[in-house]
Amino acid sequence: MGMWLFLFTELILFGGLFIVYAVYRFKHPEEFRLAAAELDTLVGTVNTIILLTSSLTVAMSITALQEGKKHLSLLLIGTTILFAVAFMVNKYFEWGHKFSLGIYPGSPDLTNKPQGEILYFGLYFVMTGLHALHVIIGVVVLLFVMVFIARGSVNKDSYVKLEAGGLYWHLVDIIWIFLFPLFYLIH
Amino acid sequence: MRAQRREGRIRKVLESMTTATIAAETVEPDFYHVKGKHGGILSWLLTTDHKRIGLMYLVAMGVFFLVAMTIGVLMRLELLGPGKTIIDPQTYNTFFTLHGVIMIFLFIIPGLPAVFGNFMLPIMIGAKDVFFPRLNLLSWYLYIAGGLIALIGLFLPGGPADTGWTFYVPYSIRSSANVMPSLFGAFVLGFSSILTGLNFITTIQRMRAPGMTWFKMPLFAWALYSTGWIQILATPIIGITLLLVAVERFFGVGIFDPNLGGDPVLYQHLFWIYSHPAVYIMVLPGLGAVSEIIPVFARRTIFGYKFIAFSSIAIASVGSLVWAHHMFTVGMSGTGMFIFSFLTFLVSIPSAIKVFNWIATLYKGSIALDVPLLFVLSFIVQFSIGGFTGLMLGALAVNIHVQDTYFVVSHFHYVMFGGMGFAFFAAMHYWYPKMFGRMYANKPAKIAWLMTTIGFNTLYFPMFFLGYLGMPRRYYDYLPQYQTIHVIATVGSWIMVLGILIMIANLLVGLRRGTKATANPWGGQTLEWTVASPPTLENFHEIPTVTRDPYDYSMYERPSTEAAK
Amino acid sequence: MADHEQHHRDKKQHSVSYGQFILLWLGLLALTGMTVSLAGIDLGRWVIVTALVIASIKSTLVMGTFMHLRFEDRIFRVFVAVALVTFVIFISLTFFDYAFS
Repeated sequence: MGMWLFLFTELILFGGLFIVYAVYRFKHPEEFRLAAAELDTLVGTVNTIILLTSSLTVAMSITALQEGKKHLSLLLIGTTILFAVAFMVNKYFEWGHKFSLGIYPGSPDLTNKPQGEILYFGLYFVMTGLHALHVIIGVVVLLFVMVFIARGSVNKDSYVKLEAGGLYWHLVDIIWIFLFPLFYLIH
Repeated sequence: MRAQRREGRIRKVLESMTTATIAAETVEPDFYHVKGKHGGILSWLLTTDHKRIGLMYLVAMGVFFLVAMTIGVLMRLELLGPGKTIIDPQTYNTFFTLHGVIMIFLFIIPGLPAVFGNFMLPIMIGAKDVFFPRLNLLSWYLYIAGGLIALIGLFLPGGPADTGWTFYVPYSIRSSANVMPSLFGAFVLGFSSILTGLNFITTIQRMRAPGMTWFKMPLFAWALYSTGWIQILATPIIGITLLLVAVERFFGVGIFDPNLGGDPVLYQHLFWIYSHPAVYIMVLPGLGAVSEIIPVFARRTIFGYKFIAFSSIAIASVGSLVWAHHMFTVGMSGTGMFIFSFLTFLVSIPSAIKVFNWIATLYKGSIALDVPLLFVLSFIVQFSIGGFTGLMLGALAVNIHVQDTYFVVSHFHYVMFGGMGFAFFAAMHYWYPKMFGRMYANKPAKIAWLMTTIGFNTLYFPMFFLGYLGMPRRYYDYLPQYQTIHVIATVGSWIMVLGILIMIANLLVGLRRGTKATANPWGGQTLEWTVASPPTLENFHEIPTVTRDPYDYSMYERPSTEAAK
Repeated sequence: MADHEQHHRDKKQHSVSYGQFILLWLGLLALTGMTVSLAGIDLGRWVIVTALVIASIKSTLVMGTFMHLRFEDRIFRVFVAVALVTFVIFISLTFFDYAFS
């Protein structure tokens, strides 16, 4: 129950950002559309698939542990983490590409663009940045869980910590499920 | 004769021995004297005992309160006359910012839940601790960290923040003062608040003693439950909003800065989406404490238990819908303003229900005018005044004239200080014997109460007129026609502060010199009065099974005339 | 506290099969494909609505099965509903200002 309550706080934390996004997109629909063209839909789609699959693996890891299959469980969590790393690598290249185009907060290029576009990119960096931070936190949490499983304190009869870690991970996935269409799919 | 006297003396000795034997038989020490893993200061700093954590909050909070109160006194001194009296304008701006930040984020918001919620909630529901004891300790550390971070600005070049506790953009983005520590400190404090709320909700959901159904739960628990939900659902909004301001200050991102297309009004929306429900985080536990105290000192079961319980939920819910009434003068749409004004009027209803029920409980009760009840009586009057003036502010036409004047300052001091502050004092005097095992001296406590009440009202009531006459808030300087009221208010502040200092001194002295308290000095019916004063480490030897209502005073009620016939 | 956890452990020793998870995952991939292709069509004002509807369906599926919400005590679903309603209220009331300016 405690983790669900904590997830609500994360939901509202990102919710605040979604409110800002909604207001600004409402005020500057055309400029948002123009700015969104800079984003690579393919990379975004691949990242979405990566996160969805990572949710699959972490969910399966719970079933594995419930069946007493400690090593399978560890393997699945490890796979989840690998997917997370892949996501972050993609992000790194995406952002790098933007920076090379002169698009970053406070850049002269950006400041000269129309206001709606400045807002779009401001939100893009903040929201995907905060999301990426949560991906990293999720990875750390899952690493801790792996250690607990390896040591045996999280096991077939007592796996709340794995469930909690999984829940956190699924939230990270859900946030991206919303971020993806809102930033990448405005055509 | 001598034999009789000797007999009397022997009896007295035997009596005290019996008490001692009984005490010796229940040989389990109170939680202060338990031999744990650590000794000395570590037994406090590494504790997971909810009672110790509550006390640590109390000590820290007391220090922060005194600092903020001192700043308030200095502000009032400055305002004795137009122009400069003791400090310069920039300092004044940092003063009202600090006073607000400390009082709101370090005293009132954590306030009752952190101290009395932590100490009493588990005992009240028949539990040995909260659901996540270590998280509880983490909450305390986050509180201390947040407080220290927020105050670091005092020592950095550029001085502390001067934006007001509301950090409105664009000034908070542009000010050269040290805004970042305040932003970051408030963010950390938000975490502390969230974790406490999370802990209390889980505790109440999962750890009630057998037999304690929702409707056998004390009303203080209902209040803490409602508050917990606000803490969880509203606090993250301020978290993200302050984070955005920090990011904007640091990176120049362009979220709220109008130069980059941002909307300052949007900042205000987000700020108040938290900060209005925050005032309910502040006041709901106080309302809960009042609901605890009144039945005890009126020897009556509370009138309308279910109404009061549900009104807490209603206040939490409807109170989350009214935030833009802080923004009536910034240029919102007419439709928006109309809707928020309407909702604001709605939220007064559950609060009023509580007041009616309390009065109904007191009416024809067997009133014991002890110190807790005295503070509660002040509370009821002051909270009502605050509530009425809140309604006045909720009316659009009135708001246009008095927004950002001393009328608002007076309104919120009436609800936050005259309300929640006095509820804190009441709770302090009510639960003191349970927490410390001693009783404070009554006379000084009553004198302190009287002085605080008179001082408080002298300080703040005239401010309604001051605001109505047009004196703006947060102004360092003012026109001469406002001086008379300012002088009255400042004198009021001296009386009040003296009263508060007497109160604190009396309570501190009581720790050493007070008479030992019994388990139930007030005759309360809730579970905390069934355990020792102070309680043992795990509160209960065995978890009780609850059959009675929490405010069962039927043994005091006079038999009805029917039965007598 | 451990007793409480044990009590709940006994209640929900419920395991979702790998097959069920994979089926769900395939569904999520299909929905992702749908949302990408729909974005290519000019739906005008409805673009955002369709995107949000599909995203909501995906999230509900994730919450229901991956996050085990379907199989938990009802109180959890009530809590989630409360949190979601709260967010919806925050965003809609804000729009009462912006939509009518």
